[in-house]
Formats: sequence, structure tokens, C-alpha cells
Amino acid sequence: MLRTTLRSLLAHKLRLALSGFAIVLGVAFVAGSFIFTDMLQASFNSIVSGTTTDARVTPKGYQESDGFSGDDSRTLPASLVDRLEDVDGVARVDGDVFVNGAFVVDQDGDLVGGMGAPSMAVNYSDTPSTTGEQPLRITEGEVPGPGEVALDEQTADRAGYEIGDEIPIVTASGGDARFTATMVGEAKFGDSLLGATLLVFDTETMQQEFLNGRNVFTEIQLTSDDGISQSELRDAVAPVLPADVEVKTGDQIEEESLDDLAEALTFINAFLLVFAAVALVVGTFLIINTFSILVAQRSRELALLRALGASRRQVSRSVLVEALLVAVIGSTLGVLLGFGLAVLLRMLFGVIGLDLSGQGLVFAPRTAIVAYAVGILVTLLAAYLPARRASKLPPVAALRDDVALPEGTIRRRVIAGGGMAVLGMGALVAGLSGVDPALTLVGVGALAVLIGVALTSPVLGRPVLYALGVPYRRLFGTVGLLSTQNAARNPRRTAATASALMIGLALVSAMSVFAGSANASIDKTIEENFAADYVVSNAIGQPFSPQIADRVEGVPGVETVARYRFSNADVDGSEQFIAATDGPTLAEAAEVTFESGSLNDLTQDTVLVNSETASDEGLSVGDSVSVRLPARATDLEVAGVFEQSPVLGASYVVSLETLELGGIKPADAYVYVVRDPSTPSDQVRAGVESVLEGLPTVSLKDQGEFAAEQRDQVNQTLYIIYALLGLAIIIAVLGIVNTLALSVIERTREIGLLRAVGVSRRQLRRMVRLESVAIAVLGAVLGVAIGLLFGIVMQRALADEGIDVLSVPVTQLVVFVILAGIVGVLAAVFPARRAAKLDVLAAIANE
Amino acid sequence: MSDVGTAAQAEQRQARTGADAAARAVSLRKVYGEGPTAVVALDDVSVEFAAGEFTAVMGPSGSGKSTLMHCMAALDTATAGEVYVGSADLTRLGDKELTRLRRDEIGFVFQAYNLVPTLTAEENILLPLSIAGRRPDREWFDTVIDTVGMRDRLGHCPNELSGGQQQRVACARALMSRPSIVFADEPTGNLDSASEDDVLGFLRRTVDDFQQTVVMVTHDPVAAAYTDRVVFLLDGRLVDELRDPTADDVLEQMKKLGREADAGDGAGQRATGAEG
Ligand SMILES: Nc1ncnc2c1ncn2[C@@H]1O[C@H](COP(=O)(O)OP(=O)(O)OP(=O)(O)O)[C@@H](O)[C@H]1O
Ligand SMILES: [Mg+2]
Repeated sequence: MLRTTLRSLLAHKLRLALSGFAIVLGVAFVAGSFIFTDMLQASFNSIVSGTTTDARVTPKGYQESDGFSGDDSRTLPASLVDRLEDVDGVARVDGDVFVNGAFVVDQDGDLVGGMGAPSMAVNYSDTPSTTGEQPLRITEGEVPGPGEVALDEQTADRAGYEIGDEIPIVTASGGDARFTATMVGEAKFGDSLLGATLLVFDTETMQQEFLNGRNVFTEIQLTSDDGISQSELRDAVAPVLPADVEVKTGDQIEEESLDDLAEALTFINAFLLVFAAVALVVGTFLIINTFSILVAQRSRELALLRALGASRRQVSRSVLVEALLVAVIGSTLGVLLGFGLAVLLRMLFGVIGLDLSGQGLVFAPRTAIVAYAVGILVTLLAAYLPARRASKLPPVAALRDDVALPEGTIRRRVIAGGGMAVLGMGALVAGLSGVDPALTLVGVGALAVLIGVALTSPVLGRPVLYALGVPYRRLFGTVGLLSTQNAARNPRRTAATASALMIGLALVSAMSVFAGSANASIDKTIEENFAADYVVSNAIGQPFSPQIADRVEGVPGVETVARYRFSNADVDGSEQFIAATDGPTLAEAAEVTFESGSLNDLTQDTVLVNSETASDEGLSVGDSVSVRLPARATDLEVAGVFEQSPVLGASYVVSLETLELGGIKPADAYVYVVRDPSTPSDQVRAGVESVLEGLPTVSLKDQGEFAAEQRDQVNQTLYIIYALLGLAIIIAVLGIVNTLALSVIERTREIGLLRAVGVSRRQLRRMVRLESVAIAVLGAVLGVAIGLLFGIVMQRALADEGIDVLSVPVTQLVVFVILAGIVGVLAAVFPARRAAKLDVLAAIANE
Repeated sequence: MSDVGTAAQAEQRQARTGADAAARAVSLRKVYGEGPTAVVALDDVSVEFAAGEFTAVMGPSGSGKSTLMHCMAALDTATAGEVYVGSADLTRLGDKELTRLRRDEIGFVFQAYNLVPTLTAEENILLPLSIAGRRPDREWFDTVIDTVGMRDRLGHCPNELSGGQQQRVACARALMSRPSIVFADEPTGNLDSASEDDVLGFLRRTVDDFQQTVVMVTHDPVAAAYTDRVVFLLDGRLVDELRDPTADDVLEQMKKLGREADAGDGAGQRATGAEG
């Protein structure tokens, strides 16, 4: 019995390969996601664990800089270093000045590493890490003195700087927005900086450039005497610390960093796994289809086995064993391909600034277990239905020439599918409108809609096929007629093949509708809210030095400059992303609709609340909100409730002073510029641009340019998602190739007959090609229709979040359908050739 | 090749007839389809196949011969009536028991050979045993393949064998599990007369040498002459039978049936069919 199965498998290597391919791709994505995130984890781990010191002293609740959301401005006095040196058990004390936001400008005037990658600066220190190594080393040249700098090796390479060069440096905070230093050495920190840039100065220069020349530190590193443990060290120094300063052991710091890291990695992994799931769902369709056809083709043989006394179980088992073998082989190849995918992801992340080239591939047993489990389960699940159908074959079927597999009625399928689609839609809408667990509801809902529609597609597809049939007959005569009939002959198979493509296209179209709407909304809101003539900012909202705004203020013809900043803060006990601005000046640069109060009411003691947050938290003007920032906690009075707007893109808005008093370094994220109407626009623009000269961290944009920059952000995300969804589409296209190839084999006899009565090879090829196009277009039309629906639902659900304009990119959707047609032609190349090559006699004699 | 067998053997068989039938049908009825398009393929057929006897089933095309084979070989279900193989009533059995019966008690030879194309002749012959998960009885295997004369072609795949050879492989397969009865539906329908001789001679020998029970559908009076008994079907009814037939007897009988069939429908046949 097993031998029969194996033989049948080996006799049909091609179909094995085709059905296996779907599994390979799906599993590759799963394995690749894991391998890649493990790789990330490993490289970050090595950074964290090789570089922490025995203990670290910082201001209490120190907010480590992430380069985005407000740096902690609190510092430690140099006197504290002296005091710590006297503590028993302390071997050495090093005062560090560490800053995230010191950018290197290369010889072309561009940022090295691009926006987004951490750009760090630190004073040189040979403090040993917990492992006894020295994390920061000067590998070439000298330790920098005043006015000198050492660049990490990679940054120096990338920028093309050598020892002796004058390095232009742009800062995001602190004194000068821009200064230069002479490169005297190359540095290395840990094993790799993963694409971050690092500048090493001496302590005075760091204090000069980033701490306004005060003799203070951002953190103090402690090294213990031999035989003193980390906790003994901590306990020894704790008594000498002021009340607002704390000490943490190296282990504790390591653990905290790794926890933060794990959280970020979980997100990346989940993001990648979503696409793996999409690929697998599409692959499942392909596998179900392949096995259905295989069973149909083998049905005579299977019925024969039944006639010879094989039990139902034996027959279904033989199909499942075949599936299992395909699954094991496919999963193995999938895991191997997963490595390739991880390497590809590593390259991709390298492009956006995360350099993992030093990190080898990491293959955890978990990856293999999950990949095989997923590959085998999905395949067996997909093969289960065909296997069950095979077991229901009556033994007499062995005697018939044209065996029809017993199938459930279409009606039952349509009812089940329709029900599923409706329920799925309900879950999707509920999830999008915020019912918990929102993400699960959205995911499961969308899946249910797609599967539901796939189930009903034999019926839904009829009008599409009919609509295609008319021009086909007109244009291609009998061949056209035959091809649509072929597509319609086995509606389930056609529908299942088309469904695979439908899923891919539904997601792609949904994304395109959503992105189109997001872009249109950006345009609209910017147009409505943007009263300023210009904005100074960078594409990703990374903060820059407040000096820039100071200088812009001095440009002749500039009437108002409004600053806008971000920070993390604890508001009424929950972590929030808050904004800060100067109310009266922003009022001149932006039009914000207020339900009560106004921008002018924003003072040191007040806070403005977004209307949605206000209604969620039950806040109204006069209520008190407690805002805790690193350096202090204050109660602020709600002075206004505003409607969500891109200009005020946070739930809470406080004054610039509140932020500074809270211990956040001043750094602007956006600077709005209003021109004096009497000065010509060109003149003002030229003036501001001359101020921004040599500062690649920021650019000047007018309203249209600003909108375009925002749109680019949306589009870039969209392209990444397209690329990942592309995989699902590749699988779907393979599905078409597979189905067509298999049905050509299945129709060998019929094709021979057609050839015998005078159909030419060329006509035959065209017939297969037209059938393929019919399937592809069917999938595309259904997919675009569902995608449109998903996109509209998403837009409606997020209308309150600022995506309030529905924009359907019609051209793009039409292009998708046309592309699907072309894909259909391509998918048919191989099966068509195969059909045309069939030997007429052999085809008819085929038994 | 083989003759009709010795008188002694014939006597032996005669004695067994009726006493233990290897298979029998009682008022068997088979209707295909429903409503206006329903076809009555078998209409109240009662017949016994004696153990150790070679029986031929004959009748015009569409008379229900194949249907009778399928129903009796547990390949298809009866609409009404009873079917016994040994003492088991097929109409009362579930799929599990039917599967066991097909596996252990019944052999079937198809007109279209129905070999598994990916397996060699030997593997095909042993297939029923491997399905049952049993070890082949080597001695029996040797006996069978020597009887069918396929020893030197065992390693070949079906597409490398002639039709006659394939059918002999199929016969060997039907016998491998030592079933209590073998049904053969036009086993020689696709063969030339030499191959036909091979296959029929082989079936005859299994009856004579191993007391195998064989029921065979055929259109050929010469083939029928190899058997001990011929039963005639007409329009789904059993209408006549002959013992120890010669080709001429059979031909005569067929002509008669042909005339009756031409003469008219139901009424005439029913009159003759009363015997059973
Ligand atoms: N699966 C089926 N569905 C409907 N009718 C059937 C089916 N199988 C057989 N029949 C009908 O039942 C009747 C008997 O068919 P059967 O195959 O038993 O005839 P037969 O005697 O074997 O004929 P032949 O000598 O041509 O093989 C015929 O009228 C046939 O059309
Ligand atoms: Mg027949």
C-alpha cells in the first residue's frame, strides 16, 4: 500500500514539485522570520552584554535617549564623581557624557547612515565592562583631545574620512547646531554598532558641545574592586547618592535593555509572521487544489484499491501519506530557503541603516520545530478534504472510464461560504472600530471573508466567466469558446485556483485603497490646517537643534516661527506620546479647530486635550491632569479641547516650558514659518535656506512639498507591504501554472482528440492560454472587489484617526486586473507548451 | 489446452452443487437512477454459484451481466433482495465487513485489466496481500505464477506487457489471496484468440486443480464452452441455463434469446424466465 503511494508519487515528480513549492515558500517565510529575528536578538544581545559596566549611576528614572522622543536633560555634577571615588569597594569611577543625536555629514553634505539610525557621541573612557573587556577602544590613531574626534571604523569608511580630515558634525540638541572637529583616530565599540554612528570626543569637548560647557555628566560608570559583587557595589554607593539619583547594577541594566529589546523584536517578528500567514493561507489553497486534482486523477486507481479490498482508511491514508512526504520535503527546502530569506532581510535592513553584516545566521531549534509543524499541519489539513473524498469513492468507480468524485452540493458550500463572509465582515468591522481583541478580530475577520468568498466563488465566478466568454467567442471563435468552457467545466477547481490569486490581490488592493485614502487625507488636512508658509523638518520627524529655529527667526521677512516638539510622558498613570508648542505662535501658523478653549490658552500650567482622548478619559476644560516628566510631575489644568489634526498629532499638548522644566532637552521636531506678506516669497525662502545650509538633518518645505514628503512616508510603507505580499501572489501564480498543467495532463485524451480532428498546436496553445487568463482575471476581479471593500471599511473605521477622505485609486486597481491577465498569459506558457507537444496517437491511446 | 475436465471431477462438482453455494442472489434487484430516467438493470434475479464450479453468465448487451457481477462481488450495492457470499448477506454488511470480504473472499478480474501502472507485475499480483498486510505464501505464489506462465515477466511494468499477459497478471492477482470465489467480467473481451485461450485455460485449471469457484461474463460461445454451466440473462432477468455446454449449444441458445428479444418486450421473456 505504502509502495503504491510512493510509486505514484515518484511517477509524478512534476506535480509533486509544483504542490511542494507552495509549502516551500510558506515555510520559508516562517523560518526566515524566525531566523532573522533571532539574528537581530543575537546581535543586540552581544552589544548589551559585552558593554555594560559593574554599575551605573544616573538621575532617577533616567530616560535613555532613543533619538526621537525627547532626551532627558538632567545631569550629574562632577562632584558626585569625587564622592563616589571615596566609597569602599569602588575601584574606578568614570563620568560619561552620552548623546544620541550627533550626526556626521559626509563630503557630499549628506548624513552618514541616513535618518533613523542612532547617531551617538560619547567621551572617551577605558572603563571595563562586566566581562573585563574594554568596550570602547581606539583602534587606530590617537585618543581625541580638545577639538578632536575619533569616528567608529564603519562610519569613517562610509563617509570616506581619514585621520587628519575636518569632520562636520550636526547636533540635535545642545549648543551649536553645527561644529567641526579634526579626526585623529578610529574607534570601535563592542563587536558592531549595527549601522549606528559613533563619535568619540574628550570629556571637555562633549560638555562644551552638548551640555553648554557645564562640568557635568549624563551618567557615571562604576567598576568594583576585586571580590566585590555588583549588588555589594550598589549597596555601598547607594548611601552617598542624592535623593534624585539612583544606581543600578550591570545585570539589572542588561536585563532591562534585553526586555525592551525583546518587545521590539516581538513586534518585528509578528509583522513578518503576518505575511508568512498570508503566504500559507494562499499556499493552502494551492495545496488543496493540487491534491484534489491528484485524487481526481488517481481516483480510478484508488477505486481499484478499494475493489481489491483496501479499506476507506487505507485509501485516505495513502493520500495523506503522499501529502506528508510532500510536506516533509517541502518544509525541509522551506527551512533552507528561510536562511536565504533571512539573508535577504538582513540586506534589506542594511539599506535602511541597520547593519547586521557582522552577525552570523542563528538557527534555533524552535525555528525548525515551528517551520516543520506549520508545513506539515497546513499540508495535512489541505490534503484532508481530498483524502476524505477519495475514501468515499465507490469500488465500482474502478470500472468506469470517467470517474466523477463524490462532492458535496454547491448549494451547501455557497450557504456556508456566504455565512462565513458575513460573519467575517462583522468581526472585521468590530475589530476596526476598536472592539477588543481588535487585532485578532481584524485578522480572523478578514480571513473568514476571504475563505467565505473563496467558497462561494464557484457561483460568484459564473458571471465573470460568462462576461469573458462573450468577447472570447467573438475574438477567438471555437478556441475561445472551448477555453471558457474548460474554465467553467470544473467550477470548484477554477474557483480555488482563482481564489489563491484573489487573496493576494484583495490584500494588495485593500492596501492601495487605504494608502490612497491616507494620502488624500494628508493633502486635505494639510491644506486645511496649514496656515504657515513653510515648515522646517525632516521626513521622519526626528528632532533637531533649537538653534535652527532661533536662526530662522532672524531671517528678514520671517514674521512668526512656531516650534513643535515631542516627548514621552506619564499622563494620569499611563505612558503617552505628548506634544509641546508655543500656543500663540502656533495659532498663527496653523488652523486648529477647538471644541472649547484655544491655542492661546496654552501656558505653563495648562494642557490641551484632543477631543477623542477627552471623551475617552472624561476630561473637559477646568479638569486637572497629572503629567510626569523625567525631572518632575505637575498637575496641569485642561484649557482646551481640540479636534485631531496633523498639526497637533498627539493626545495631549503642553507648553514648551512644561517640557523643559520636566527635564527634556529642547529639540524641535517641526518648525513652522510664517512669512511677512510684504516680503517676496523667493527672498524669504532663500534667506531660510541659507540658514539651513550644511544641515542635512532638516529641509525647508512649502505646503505642497510638505504634503509630498508625508505622502512619501505612506508610500514607502506601502511598497514594503507590496513587496511582502508579492510572495503570496507568486504562490498564487504558481497555483495557476500547477492547476493548468495538471488539467492538461488530465485532459490528455481530449486534447489528442482535438488534435486528431484538426486543431493546430497554435490553437491549442491559445486555448490553454485563454483559459489561464480567464482564471487569473476571475481571481483579480474578485480580489479587487474584496480589496475595495476592505479598503473602504478600513478608511471608514479610521476616519476619526485622521483618514477621513476616501480615495479609490481606480487606475491602479484597473492596472492590477490587467497585470493579472498578463500573469495569466505567463502562467500558461509551460502548460500550453505541454499540451501542444502531446503526441496525437499516444494521447488517444492513453489508458 | 484444457478440456472440460474428467467425468469424476464433474461428478464431484455435481455433488457439491446446491449443498454449498459459494455465492447466491435471492430476488436481487438493481435500479440505476431515480424517477422517469430510472433503469432496471436487474429485476428479481435469483441465482446460485456452486463452489468449485466454473459458471458463465451470458446475455445480450445491456442485459445486466456486469451489474450482477458488481452486486455479487460487493463492488456495488443492491437495490433490493439479498446477496450471499459464503454465509454472509452483503446487503446487511457495513463498509468494514464489505472491505474484509473484498479483500479475503472475493477476487475480481476486470475486462480492462486494471493493473496499477506504476507497479511491476509481481507487485500487482501481491497487491491484495499487501493491502491486507499479509505475507505472501511463497509456495502458492509460485504455483499461481507458474499456472499463468508469467514467471519470466514478473519484473515488468504493465505497459511493457501485452494485453493477454496483463490479463493473466490480473487473474493471478485475483487468485493470490485464495478467495472463495472469483468474478471475471469479460476477461477475454480485449484479447485475440490465442491469449483468450491462455486465460480461459488458466481459469479452468484453477477450478480443476484448486477447486476454485469462478463466475465469468462472456459474449463468446467458445469461451462459454470452457465452463461447467451457463446462465442466460435477458433484460435484467435470468431466463435460461445450460449444463456442460458446448459452443454449439450456447450459440443455439443465444440465437433463440436473440429472437425472443426481437419478438417483443417483457411478456415473452417473463414466460421463459420462470425457470430461474
Ligand atoms: N451506472 C449506471 N447508471 C445507469 N445505468 C446503468 C449504469 N450501469 C449500467 N446501467 C444500465 O443498466 C443496464 C445493465 O447494464 P450492464 O452493464 O449490467 O449490462 P451488460 O449486460 O454488462 O452489458 P454489456 O454486455 O454491454 O457489458 C443497462 O441498460 C445499462 O445502461
Ligand atoms: Mg458488461
